[in-house]
Amino acid sequence: MSILEKFATASALLCLASAAPVWAQTIAITGGKVITNTAQGQLDKATVLIENGKILSVGTNIAIPDGATRIDASGKWVTPGLFAPLSQVGLIEVSLEESTDDSRAEKSEFSVALNGVDGFNPKAEAIAITKIEGMTRIAVSPGPGENIFSGSGFIADTSGDIVDSITEDHAFVMVQMGERGARIAGGSRPAAWAYLRNALDEARRYRPGRERKDALLNGPDAMALKPVAEGRIPLLVFVNRASDLMTLIRLHEAQPKLDLVAVGATEGWMVADELAAADIPVILEPQNNLPSSFESLGATMANAARLQKAGVTIAIAQLGEAFNARLAPQQAGDAVANGLPWDAAFAAITSAPAQIFGLEDELGALQSGMIADVVVWDGDPLELMTSPDYVFIGGKAQSLSSRQTKLRDRYMDLKDAKENPFAYR
Amino acid sequence: MIKQFALAGALTLAYGSANAQMVEIDKNPFPSTYKPMQSQPVLIRGAHVFDGTGKELSKADLLLENGKITALGENLEAPQGVRIIDGTGKWVTPGIIDVHSHLGVYASPGVRATADGNEATSPVTAEVSSEHGVWPHDPGFNRARAGGVTAMLILPGSANLFGGRGTVLKNVPSRTVQGMKFPDAPYALKMACGENPKRVYGKKGGPGSRMGNFAGYRKSWIKATAYKKSWDDYREDYAKWEIKKKSATEKKDKDKKAPKAPKRNLQMETLMGVLNGEIIVNMHCYRADEMAQVIDMSKEFGYHVGAFHHAIEAYKVADLLRENDTCAAMWADWGGFKMEAYDSIRENIPMVYNAGACAIVHSDSGVGIQRLNQEAAKALSDGNKAGLNISQGEAWIWLSSNPAKLLGIGDKTGALTPGLNADVVLWSGNPFSVYSRADIVFVDGARVFDRHDKSHQAVSDFELGQPGEGDDK
Repeated sequence: MSILEKFATASALLCLASAAPVWAQTIAITGGKVITNTAQGQLDKATVLIENGKILSVGTNIAIPDGATRIDASGKWVTPGLFAPLSQVGLIEVSLEESTDDSRAEKSEFSVALNGVDGFNPKAEAIAITKIEGMTRIAVSPGPGENIFSGSGFIADTSGDIVDSITEDHAFVMVQMGERGARIAGGSRPAAWAYLRNALDEARRYRPGRERKDALLNGPDAMALKPVAEGRIPLLVFVNRASDLMTLIRLHEAQPKLDLVAVGATEGWMVADELAAADIPVILEPQNNLPSSFESLGATMANAARLQKAGVTIAIAQLGEAFNARLAPQQAGDAVANGLPWDAAFAAITSAPAQIFGLEDELGALQSGMIADVVVWDGDPLELMTSPDYVFIGGKAQSLSSRQTKLRDRYMDLKDAKENPFAYR
Repeated sequence: MIKQFALAGALTLAYGSANAQMVEIDKNPFPSTYKPMQSQPVLIRGAHVFDGTGKELSKADLLLENGKITALGENLEAPQGVRIIDGTGKWVTPGIIDVHSHLGVYASPGVRATADGNEATSPVTAEVSSEHGVWPHDPGFNRARAGGVTAMLILPGSANLFGGRGTVLKNVPSRTVQGMKFPDAPYALKMACGENPKRVYGKKGGPGSRMGNFAGYRKSWIKATAYKKSWDDYREDYAKWEIKKKSATEKKDKDKKAPKAPKRNLQMETLMGVLNGEIIVNMHCYRADEMAQVIDMSKEFGYHVGAFHHAIEAYKVADLLRENDTCAAMWADWGGFKMEAYDSIRENIPMVYNAGACAIVHSDSGVGIQRLNQEAAKALSDGNKAGLNISQGEAWIWLSSNPAKLLGIGDKTGALTPGLNADVVLWSGNPFSVYSRADIVFVDGARVFDRHDKSHQAVSDFELGQPGEGDDK
């Protein structure tokens, strides 16, 4: 398809999207190489049928209803939308400008009760630039301030819809351990773990109106931590050193109900079997191979492959990013170049995050009944020189323009700047 | 020690004496001691080649002898004793040169003790030099080598208006910095625009604004102009004095004391080196409007800006950069983290190249430097999708020959041209694919890295005996 045709189809889809209620639309994406992330595996020349915002069916022999909008994906790849397992997208506009940064609150009285959703801006520049790279869902967490708990994280889509972008509020809590956690908690790792264990204990016992006088957590923080302490939502634990991961595993053994997820885990490969046995998933950054601190002396590009081989569920992220969460596919590709099977790498940026947040029945795969987050790519999505031609979120075709693409178009031709000042372009 | 004092004394005495030698500043007091590692002649057969000058060849042979590239072409004859490497299905390129690295000065592990990259004690520290902050055991050098990087410019940070000298290193393991220094490469001068200096010094006596930044640069250039003149005058006066002395007939002319050399000033020596065209200005600058004013300032004082680094908005003034012959060293897709990085676009590099200006892919990162080829791939792809028509062979110019040209080593490296140093990478596949890796890296024809041969994988002292021991245990 030529670029013009592509734009024509895309704008037709966008018109449809605004003219008719989204649930009335049927879209048939035909002829593509479909990565289902289900038992169906990869299907060649298959059809993905979308209706009412959901996947209706996926297969090679599917009847296309009359009136369906057809998208020819011949020679293209069709995949579930990418899912960033941990980011700060939408919480920060410009990180060095405090007025635009809602990811941290060093002076707040609260910790877990800081609800990331309250700082989320679906109109942030980073939302569109993330979306147009094929990333349709993002797990977002505030970062650590003066407490080892960062606050409560949430799951959102990248539609930019100011009214309705949140997939799941209060979806997880992140806690900082390791070197940084030690510093925040008073100076040592034991201080951080003591604080964490006590906080979980207080949250578990917390009853509104019957607060303990000697409690370290205030009421709202304890309330917010309660679902973590009871194992109803995941606790994402930032740790890198192998010995810290062992402490995490001991916490799991002592409190098996907790839904623990390790984040960072640069030395994860050293305790891969133990993590697998404890069924603790890992969110990691495969490119992180420098001994950049004394808790990452074992850092290696082989980390992702070794963890996966041992049976650990891995999700891949560009960590700590408000701007470049979109680079997760490159991270996944680099992991493949270092021994991770392609399917596992792709799952690590789609279905594995969905699974970690308990959304595996709705997101991360192309299967009948699931939310229609679908991306049509001009090639292998983990490759460097490919990009999306179409992005659907909840069955709705998305615009592929952003502030960045508009700046690009304004300055693409520098020739007649005098006659045609850039600001009028 | 005694000898040293004696020499210093002799020098002092020489000032103003009737038989004084002309005083000259040693411009290279920490000379390179680099010696190429041992090599044997290598013939790579039948590989796909990006030659670094923009050309792309399929099924070409490349011959490396005595540390140099001696031939590139089809069906080359194999000299006796040459090691033949089958390049079928593989790619061969010049080694990658990163013009913006802080390896060694911000080493791993990134603890307080290893942070030697910013002399953030005063906005003007042109007197410092990155070579004195480099820790040669930074494991990052080895990681970068595994990513095909054969040389890099180690720069001081961007806290200061004048951050100090940058040093070009060959990416080879060494006990000493001098053992890594690229022979005969000129120094760079790091300068910085915009937010960083005013943020760092806003509450420490200034500059506290962009106005203050420019006033600070210009005051220093005025001083440097006067300092340069004092040396130029001294040399002229000395020459006159010498001629006069030779032809003198009267005793009073014969005994006339030699002109006195100006007092040495390290800070001014660096700036004078720029004004004399010996040191290349590399300026951290994000915004297009600031680049335009810096170019005017360089004309005011008669120097040339080699490159703007980061150059997030270079695409807005690529025509000015072309006219001024100034490079832009850029990321593929970083941005957003501060106001001056807010207008970052993914097509910056290809748009600068397309406008006819000198485009360079840089890292500024110990992680990014390991995959600059991937950064180029992303930028190339985005540019072409926006309607440009740039080949993969051309894109390699951003990684080797443009960087070499900027650093003043373009006559030694940066392309697969016979006669140049054999700084070469053999890739497992197309280096613009995420799945390809550097198989073998040559510096001056020596196999400094081989992915399949442990005996050609350097491990830094720091990592020896540690859990990772070089990313591959």
